[in-house]
Amino acid sequence: MHLISESMTYILLFIALYVEVFFLITYFEFSSSDEVEREKQITKFPSVSVIVPVWNEETTILKTIFSLLKLNYPKDKLSIFIVDDGSTDNTWKVVQRFARNSQIKLLQKENGGKHTALNYALEYVDSDLVGCLDADSYVHPEALKRIVVKFEDSEMMAVTPSVKIFEPKGLLGLIQKSEYIFGIFLRKVFSYLNALYITPGPFSIFRRSVFRQIGGYKKAHNTEDMEIAMRMQKNNMKIGNVHNAFIYTVAPTNLYALYKQRLRWVYGFLKNAIDYRGMFFKPQYGNLGMVVLPAAGFSVFSTMYFFGSMILSWVNSLIKTIQEISTVGINFKGFNLDLFYFNTDIIVFVSFIAVLGTLLIIVTSRGLAEEKHIFGLDSVFFLMFYTLLAPLWMTKAIYNVIFAQKTKWR
Amino acid sequence: MNYEISNGISWKKYAYTFLITAVIFITAIFLSNYFSQKRINEIKNIESRIAVDILASETQFSLLSELSCRDIGSSFLSKELATLGDKLAYTEQNRGSDDPEVLNLKKYYSLLQIKDFLLMQKIKDRCGSVQANNGLSLMYFYSNEGDCEDCEKEGYVLTKLRSDYPELRVYSFDYNLDLSALQTLVSVYNIENKLPAILINDKVYYGFKSVEDMKVALPSLVELDKQKAKAEAEALKAKQATSSTKSN
Repeated sequence: MHLISESMTYILLFIALYVEVFFLITYFEFSSSDEVEREKQITKFPSVSVIVPVWNEETTILKTIFSLLKLNYPKDKLSIFIVDDGSTDNTWKVVQRFARNSQIKLLQKENGGKHTALNYALEYVDSDLVGCLDADSYVHPEALKRIVVKFEDSEMMAVTPSVKIFEPKGLLGLIQKSEYIFGIFLRKVFSYLNALYITPGPFSIFRRSVFRQIGGYKKAHNTEDMEIAMRMQKNNMKIGNVHNAFIYTVAPTNLYALYKQRLRWVYGFLKNAIDYRGMFFKPQYGNLGMVVLPAAGFSVFSTMYFFGSMILSWVNSLIKTIQEISTVGINFKGFNLDLFYFNTDIIVFVSFIAVLGTLLIIVTSRGLAEEKHIFGLDSVFFLMFYTLLAPLWMTKAIYNVIFAQKTKWR
Repeated sequence: MNYEISNGISWKKYAYTFLITAVIFITAIFLSNYFSQKRINEIKNIESRIAVDILASETQFSLLSELSCRDIGSSFLSKELATLGDKLAYTEQNRGSDDPEVLNLKKYYSLLQIKDFLLMQKIKDRCGSVQANNGLSLMYFYSNEGDCEDCEKEGYVLTKLRSDYPELRVYSFDYNLDLSALQTLVSVYNIENKLPAILINDKVYYGFKSVEDMKVALPSLVELDKQKAKAEAEALKAKQATSSTKSN
């Protein structure tokens, strides 16, 4: 049994390290050429529509709309569609102040979920490009211009931005800040690998023809932004990323809200992964099929495995400590600083390299996110607590997938 | 079909990544083995130092007929046996109890313990128990084959006793170790396979024995407690006297 668990640990560590090395190699392989491409200036402004699906967002919607109106983009080329998905609060009333704004179109429908609101608005859209913005997110004034440049590549069918946390507060806010910044690195690498499998709700921009060719949004286990990206990938449509097109999103402020949000994400990922299982380990889907999707699935299970092992080892030492205390009372032996007792297992050295790789990713991603410092308190909290938090929702998501329990938006 | 062109897959990159990961793993294995071997060497060094100590003491003891028992100082018995025991236990835990190197070290350690014990017995016979570590010694027989539920608990008791009474010499033996000298010791003292077993002053105690039980079996420990309490009381009295002189 011990041999099995030890072998399993080494195999998982090897795969985790392989993936980390692969991502780092990819990043440094492409980052310099990407720099040149980023210098390109926009030559023409295509027409863009931004759909904002709203449901009971009376407190945040105004800020979202104002941020869109402040976008540095020709006004005659930018339309904003606010879709009230049957709000039961004052959202519809609040947005009426824009009823006479020529850039903004207000739509209202019965509640049916985010994907129905997006599809409803798509029927009215006639622009070249179309995007979506969640009502709890705000855009950087230059974000759209930076994204649109990418569409000068005629094969580019969708472009994703970089999402950051809006005014992160408290421990959870800081952990999420670091996590989102980490995500900027991953999204960049996935774009280099042509393997983006999520077009985030906050401000991913598509060619309108995408929806004509592959259809509109689907419910997709409440993760429609993942499903549409996977469907695009399945249809060999190119998805890009602009890491300095910043979008700021409001993060859950308490553990329960975070748990619910992440449960929906992980459950959605697992269910979509099952729906699109035919893409796994298939060379015809490129790096997405061969590395990125398997790595994403692997990360869920390896996190669970290592967390489970850690809990088991804690429980074991706790039992031993209780047994020792009940036998001889508290017997503090002090710290033994003899080098002889330093742990020099293989796992220690491999983990050390893996942590160094993670630190390199954190430093690189903070550069991409244009953060002032290469390392911050948020990075420390992320490293300390994220692996303890993530298993909370991962366990439940796996349970829900196995026992067919659906997650809810709210 | 050339996937490198059509799908962005670079098989070469996959292979290079594999190579880099493998190199990291191999380096980790190499480093781990290197430090593990260093530990083994350290244990070997301690064992050889103890062997020299015992040999020196035996030689000194042989000369005793010409010397007085008073010449047997506190350095007569090796101080490193306990440290060696701890380090060996740690190594056994890490490398596994069936590791051939660990088994060899354990056998040698057991032999050294027996020799140390015999030397102490000789001192006791000739010079009395005061010179022989005040009779503060015991033999502990355990098993780590999963057939001794109380061995772990007994280990806590002996560790506690050793930290409270550094003078106490604990000789611990793996009952199942394939070592003829150990088996002879077991048969000489008629120690049955009912572990944990503790041998104190030629009497064998079976089963778990708490700190209190051990003090009953080893009255010298109670004597040490009394001496310590007396020393503490005297120190307190002296302190109080000094402070009252200062206040006057």
